[in-house]
Amino acid sequence: MNFDLTEERQMLQDSLRRYLRDKYSTATRNEILESAAGMSTDVWAQLAELGVIGALFTEEQGGFGGAGFDIAVVFEELGRAGVVEPFMDSALIGGRILAACDKSDLVEEMIGGGLQLAVAHGEPTSRYDLSHVRTSVDGGKLNGRKAVVMNAEMADHLIVSARTSGDVADEAGISLYLVAKDAPGLTIQGYPLLAGGRAAEVTLDGVEGELLSEDGFAVLSDVIALATTAQCAETLGAMDTATRLTNDYLGTRKQFGRPIGTFQALAHRMADMLIEMEQARSAVINAAGNLNEETRIRDLNISAAKNLLGRAGRLIAEEAIQMHGGIAMTQEYELAHIAKRITMADHRFGDTDHHLERFIALSAA
Amino acid sequence: MDLSYTDEELAFRDEVRAFMRDELPKEMSDKIRLGEELGKEGQEKWHAILNSKGWLAPNWPKKFGGAEWNAVQRHIFEEEAAAHHAPRIVPFGLSMLAPVLQKFGSKEQQDYWLPRLLEGKDWWCQGYSEPGAGSDLASLKTRAVRDGDHYIVNGQKTWTTLGQHANMIFCLVRTDPDVKQQEGISFLLIDMNTPGIEVRPIILLDGTHEVNEVFFDDVKVPVENLVGEENKGWTYAKYLLTHERTNIAGVGFSQAGLNTVKRIARAEMAGGKPLMANPHFAARVAQVEIDLKAMATSNLRIISKAAAGGAPGVEASMLKVKGTIIRQEINDLARRAVGPYAMPFASEAIEGSNEALPDPHEAGPVAAQYFNNRKLSIFGGSNEIQRGIIAKVMMGGGQ
Repeated sequence: MNFDLTEERQMLQDSLRRYLRDKYSTATRNEILESAAGMSTDVWAQLAELGVIGALFTEEQGGFGGAGFDIAVVFEELGRAGVVEPFMDSALIGGRILAACDKSDLVEEMIGGGLQLAVAHGEPTSRYDLSHVRTSVDGGKLNGRKAVVMNAEMADHLIVSARTSGDVADEAGISLYLVAKDAPGLTIQGYPLLAGGRAAEVTLDGVEGELLSEDGFAVLSDVIALATTAQCAETLGAMDTATRLTNDYLGTRKQFGRPIGTFQALAHRMADMLIEMEQARSAVINAAGNLNEETRIRDLNISAAKNLLGRAGRLIAEEAIQMHGGIAMTQEYELAHIAKRITMADHRFGDTDHHLERFIALSAA
Repeated sequence: MDLSYTDEELAFRDEVRAFMRDELPKEMSDKIRLGEELGKEGQEKWHAILNSKGWLAPNWPKKFGGAEWNAVQRHIFEEEAAAHHAPRIVPFGLSMLAPVLQKFGSKEQQDYWLPRLLEGKDWWCQGYSEPGAGSDLASLKTRAVRDGDHYIVNGQKTWTTLGQHANMIFCLVRTDPDVKQQEGISFLLIDMNTPGIEVRPIILLDGTHEVNEVFFDDVKVPVENLVGEENKGWTYAKYLLTHERTNIAGVGFSQAGLNTVKRIARAEMAGGKPLMANPHFAARVAQVEIDLKAMATSNLRIISKAAAGGAPGVEASMLKVKGTIIRQEINDLARRAVGPYAMPFASEAIEGSNEALPDPHEAGPVAAQYFNNRKLSIFGGSNEIQRGIIAKVMMGGGQ
């Protein structure tokens, strides 16, 4: 047994953590949050140069990582600093779909930091069902509506899922298309997100696209397995920040003449947060370490992690706010943003209940 | 034991229902239902509607122009108001300051300020909390020094709710720093337009501007604005806090919130079925509903005791803790119910931006409300402080 990071991953973690600590302060991030783009292209370029995007792809794909632990290391650090740039949606999900579909020229561009993608898959009524696709293909043209599409406004291309056969929730009959941002018939209605960044409602009205894959569900479920693991790691990093901030606050904030952390009622709850942090870290290791196992084992571990992170994350975000008191309710304080990241992570790739049910189903299989 | 309302109470409930149906403007209730801000103008309009019916000051004695309702009537009104998505009455002047003036104020203060409150001429805010004095309120530092027929006030208040609309603030200030903390505090009424006062907004984590910081730099306050006696303010402050605890259980808000959760969950599809048919979600909703039913009865038990003349003590703390846990749980369920549509930032719509919200329309504000209502267990004496009170009273110890 060895739970240490390899030397390469340790270096990646150190350099990324140092960069974010020096260059991604709360003040910098608050400026980015309020900007019209909702992200910083400078930060994106600098992190690409540090190798953050390359670490998400295998050597075969042109990167230098791509395994579960590479992805977990990167996203834990992004989560720790509350980074709002769309590494999840543009680089990991978008990039790995392109890699799975052999679009190596675009993957190369992505790794270099020169490409932005959006994946338009979810629909207004699909909730967390990956096979739910109503968007249709008619004479090679795409028609439909996509919901909460992350990074759509900044993307150079959209990857769009559409149904070529079968019923609305069938796994078979889903194809993936590459659509240029300026394609006629494509409408992007953007809005900011509560936890930072921007998304959009996307309408497709006779839009032309380039076919990427006719086996869209298989491609998507593999990439979303990576993304769900990455999300767990990102949330773990954010939870670590929330826990650290709370611990610091309990030691410095005085009421009734002494630090509030000396009150047993709060000290015990701090202890519970620390226990849940260890549980969450182990769950992320289980998910990342089983990514290459057979699908059922992989998904069982991912659902276990996502459910546990959902529960532990809620506890830590809510307790951190409560123990900070009013200061945690203010937008400019770091914890407010971090707590929103943790809570909103529950709304991505299936929430706590969704993954509980999936775990039950996979356990019975 | 009789769990039902009396005939008089039922008749009163029908009257309130009819009033809400006929007099509450629809554009107002729509805003409240969708979690949007009413604004100063909207609040003042609702106050005027209530005042013309004689219902603006339910807790005031009749001799001051109030409705003098008992606790059961007030509860019925609050339940119906929440069920009809009526705006909440801004409590600072009408429910908090007014009882203090009525009990401890001079005749001149009563004659001047109370009618103005009913007529909506002043917007009051509360100057209690300070950056170093939150739950430990008695450690407040804002100083007031007597100088002839004025006090000179210096210091800072925080979490001043709706202070941006206010022209008056009632403040706790330290007039004697050399005695035990609780003994050197006075209760002052301060005109917000006095030179030396600065109001700075605090933007909350959901993007809303509800609270402020208020700075006092050599602010001159006439001595006649002192309520009661100098250095006796802590007594008045504690009296005011017992009035802050009206409708503390928030049963009506919880019931309205639960109805919203169910409405969303019946429309939202999960795995080809309505979310409400999902056993895990249904179980979570049912558990909150079970807790709420019991708390509603606890609330009524305490209210009927209060209506009969008993004073709620530790029970108020119990209702605060349980009531806020239930409301926050309902907010969490609403957030979960809308799935990925919880993620868009709703304040864009609240502030009337042109960016239309994505469907479903009701999804917009629920996550923002979830975050905003984290405050429920923090303000008004945090739940930790309330648990301390419960333990101390019930166990004779506690921290």
